[in-house]
Amino acid sequence: MVTSIIRRLFQALFVILAMTVIVFIGVSVIGNPVDILINPDANQVERARVIAHYGLDEPLWKQYFIFLRGLAQGDFGDSFVYGRPALGLILERLPATLELAIAALGIAIVIGLPLGLYAGLYPSRISSRIIMTGSILGFSLPTFWVGLMLIMIFSVELGWLPTNGRGPTLEFLGGQWSFLTSDGLRHLLLPAFNLALFKTSLILRLTRAGVQEVLPQDYIKFARAKGLRERRIIAVHVLKNLMIPVVTIVGLEFGSLIAFSVVTESIFAWPGMGKLIIDSINLLDRPVIVAYLMMMVLLFVVLNFVIDTCYTILDPRVRLDSKA
Amino acid sequence: MTSLLSVNNLVTEFGGGKGASGLRAVNDVSFKVERGRVLGLVGESGSGKSVTGFSVMRLLERPGRIASGQIIFDGVDLARLSNEEMRQIRGKRIAMVFQDPMMTLNPVLTIETQMVEAVRAHDQVSKTTARQRARDALGLVGIPNPEERLSSYPHQFSGGMRQRVVIAIALLHKPELIIADEPTTALDVTIQSQIISEFQKLTEESGTAVIWITHDLAIVSRLADDIAVMYAGRLVESGPVSSVLTDPKHPYTAGLIASVPSRNRRGVPLRQIPGMTPAITMLPRGCSFRTRCDRATDECLVIPPLFPQQERFVRCFHPVMKAMT
Ligand SMILES: Nc1ncnc2c1ncn2[C@@H]1O[C@H](COP(=O)(O)OP(=O)(O)OP(=O)(O)O)[C@@H](O)[C@H]1O
Ligand code: SF4
Ligand SMILES: [Mg+2]
Repeated sequence: MVTSIIRRLFQALFVILAMTVIVFIGVSVIGNPVDILINPDANQVERARVIAHYGLDEPLWKQYFIFLRGLAQGDFGDSFVYGRPALGLILERLPATLELAIAALGIAIVIGLPLGLYAGLYPSRISSRIIMTGSILGFSLPTFWVGLMLIMIFSVELGWLPTNGRGPTLEFLGGQWSFLTSDGLRHLLLPAFNLALFKTSLILRLTRAGVQEVLPQDYIKFARAKGLRERRIIAVHVLKNLMIPVVTIVGLEFGSLIAFSVVTESIFAWPGMGKLIIDSINLLDRPVIVAYLMMMVLLFVVLNFVIDTCYTILDPRVRLDSKA
Repeated sequence: MTSLLSVNNLVTEFGGGKGASGLRAVNDVSFKVERGRVLGLVGESGSGKSVTGFSVMRLLERPGRIASGQIIFDGVDLARLSNEEMRQIRGKRIAMVFQDPMMTLNPVLTIETQMVEAVRAHDQVSKTTARQRARDALGLVGIPNPEERLSSYPHQFSGGMRQRVVIAIALLHKPELIIADEPTTALDVTIQSQIISEFQKLTEESGTAVIWITHDLAIVSRLADDIAVMYAGRLVESGPVSSVLTDPKHPYTAGLIASVPSRNRRGVPLRQIPGMTPAITMLPRGCSFRTRCDRATDECLVIPPLFPQQERFVRCFHPVMKAMT
């Protein structure tokens, strides 16, 4: 067990290192920040001063090592635009994105899992067919369009919910959170639903497929032959087997929710990391882009580790293998 | 005294309904199982043995359904019970053992969970009591260290050990009837033999009646009291094992027996029943066995009824007479 953790740790480190190279080169390719940073009217001396200030006069490999040295100390450099540490900027925005992603995932699980279970258990009922058709819509409607529709209906027409922003926030664990105030919660609702739509369909279909795979198994028939009540068969025998694929997907999708919440954050003017990264790309704010991408790599590495751990808890067969 | 189980004119179909008839996997099957006796239910693959067993347990999966007939168990027609009434019988008074022990136990639950829930499905006892009963049952079927093994998962057992666990679960409530659907086919020969002897011992001790489904006549001759032979969904011959195996009346039964390798007939080529089992969707008109039968006549173009012959039944117009072979 310990050796496998150490091995995974090394793998993770290697992945992160490899990503630094890719990210660094990639960012250098997309454009030269000098053109944006410097006032076109500035003279030659001024130009050289600014370039030297940001270390942009060094060759690329040297810039990379300077960057790595900073990284080892948790320093991604200062944002060109805000003049503040890039990491701090991102962490400031983290709570907004995090609460949006968690709310969206929560909605997706709470709606997708029971509906998927129902559609899997009673596939021939009309209600199940309606659910499955609905889930196709959830898959195929573009997020931005649904977002606009939600705003049109619930904000413009009905006037129930606000159109943009986070509303009032409260401090908690060193971050600012909307879900702690009732008005903030109202602000959270629409973007969270918008972001949840696709994931709900995904979890729903995955659950249904899982149920249909588990139900014809001999062990379900044997559970019936033992005289178990239907409720126990579903709640224990079916659900426990379902959890394995569902947990994997939920874990991975959580990462993608955080990494790709850009569209939803833009539509609802939600001041999260997605919004920040779009702005930073437009302004070629290299340190912020790099810091953001590195955070995402870290996020996925950690998530994968958590998923694997859940796996071992849920599936005894995997547990045996890792012991051997 | 009435029989423990009496299946009368059972018809089980897949699909159909509302007047239309579906695919008849079990067609007009009748047999009896007496208390404490073992019935061997034999027939080729696809002849409807498992479907018969699942019909008695009321465990058919859709679109399977009992179309007509009675399943009288201890005076009650199981076919007419509500789902909850049937659940109370399943596992408690009638238990079942499946063919493949690798698939019968839930891979993500411990043996303890799967045994304790089986106890508590019928008896309102504490978890501790249920656990003790589970442990004792494991000991009974010859699993070493039952106390430790309770917390194991199915994949930590070999196939033979898993089937013992399944048998232990089947015996938990000392059922009056166990339906064993080829419980040893997936195991290798030595394990097979051990399990059969132990199963035989345990059911004899507790006076449990058994329907042993198999296509292995050697097993039937070893442990069954009575035999019922199925062909293409129909019962073709039934009676006491001793007389049916030594003096088969139905040409199909005779063919089955002749195709079993036996030490006595070394050197003599094995006889095969010519042709293939017809699919139940394309049965010949009249006797289902007609296209493969060397005794067939025009008379066989109508479906033969079950003719009583002393204590036996034969579904044939021209039964085989005991000959010098
Ligand atoms: N779920 C199902 N749907 C449709 N037809 C089925 C289904 N299950 C069984 N059948 C049909 O019922 C017939 C009898 O099947 P059954 O499983 O009872 O055979 P068997 O005698 O147990 O054979 P084996 O020795 O291979 O186990 C088969 O021909 C099959 O076509
Ligand atoms: S009824 Fe006719 S065809 Fe059928 S088994 Fe008997 S002799 Fe053969
Ligand atoms: Mg079978």
